Amino acid sequence: MQLALFIIFGLLAVAGALNLLFQRHPINSALSLVVVMMSLAVLYWSLGAEFLAAAQVIVYAGAVMVLFVFVVMLLNAGEEERTHGSRVAYIAGIPGAVAIFGLLTYVFLRSKGGLGTTQIGGDLSNVSSNIRDISHMLFTSLLLPFEVTSILILIAILGAVVLARKEV
Amino acid sequence: MVPIAYYLILAAILFCIGIAAFLIKRNVITIFMSIELMLNAVNLTFVAFAHMWHQVSGQIFVFFVMVVAAAEAAVGLAIIIALFRARQTLNVDSVNLMKN
Repeated sequence: MQLALFIIFGLLAVAGALNLLFQRHPINSALSLVVVMMSLAVLYWSLGAEFLAAAQVIVYAGAVMVLFVFVVMLLNAGEEERTHGSRVAYIAGIPGAVAIFGLLTYVFLRSKGGLGTTQIGGDLSNVSSNIRDISHMLFTSLLLPFEVTSILILIAILGAVVLARKEV
Repeated sequence: MVPIAYYLILAAILFCIGIAAFLIKRNVITIFMSIELMLNAVNLTFVAFAHMWHQVSGQIFVFFVMVVAAAEAAVGLAIIIALFRARQTLNVDSVNLMKN
């Protein structure tokens, strides 16, 4: 059951990511990134992170991607022209990415037994939700970092307003 | 029952697709999107390890990554708008003022 869920949404995420890579129009890339984020939300939920699944849908698929689509439409971005980028990126970058992937896959498959398996998230196995644990930790021992992030968001909003303002 | 390793390999696949998109794409908005893809892949790794160790610290880390990514998206897109206003293009190849 969970394996089927994992395979379906894992394949959907990989297909969305590949579509992001191969589409030439930024709006298509943005929409395929939404597909990736929604399927990642399902995978978070299957790992027992209900709060993060909801936050993924609201913050990433909702807020951030709307911002992206908004900017794509505001700037009237068309298809990207086919120019060849830096040669170093092709010579060193792509084999480097493949090498990182091969190394990670090798390490993960070798230690597969030690890493264990998953049980489906708390909601289905009648275990209490972990939202209580997260909020307890966030508002007691991690209160200062939490407040600092709110200041960070405020500064980011101010910075965005200043940067995007039309110069007079 | 899915091995945790499969989740980690899925995250590795997404991360490497993000690297490839970052290197291949020429549109600055799409490059920014591939950064978000890489952040998401790393978040999946965090959640998988949090599940493995039965601790919420990994999930709280993902929460902070999400907050910082949202702030980063706001500032980054504002920079893209300013860039487009200055150069009338979104192609990264033609933004080479500081080259050489």
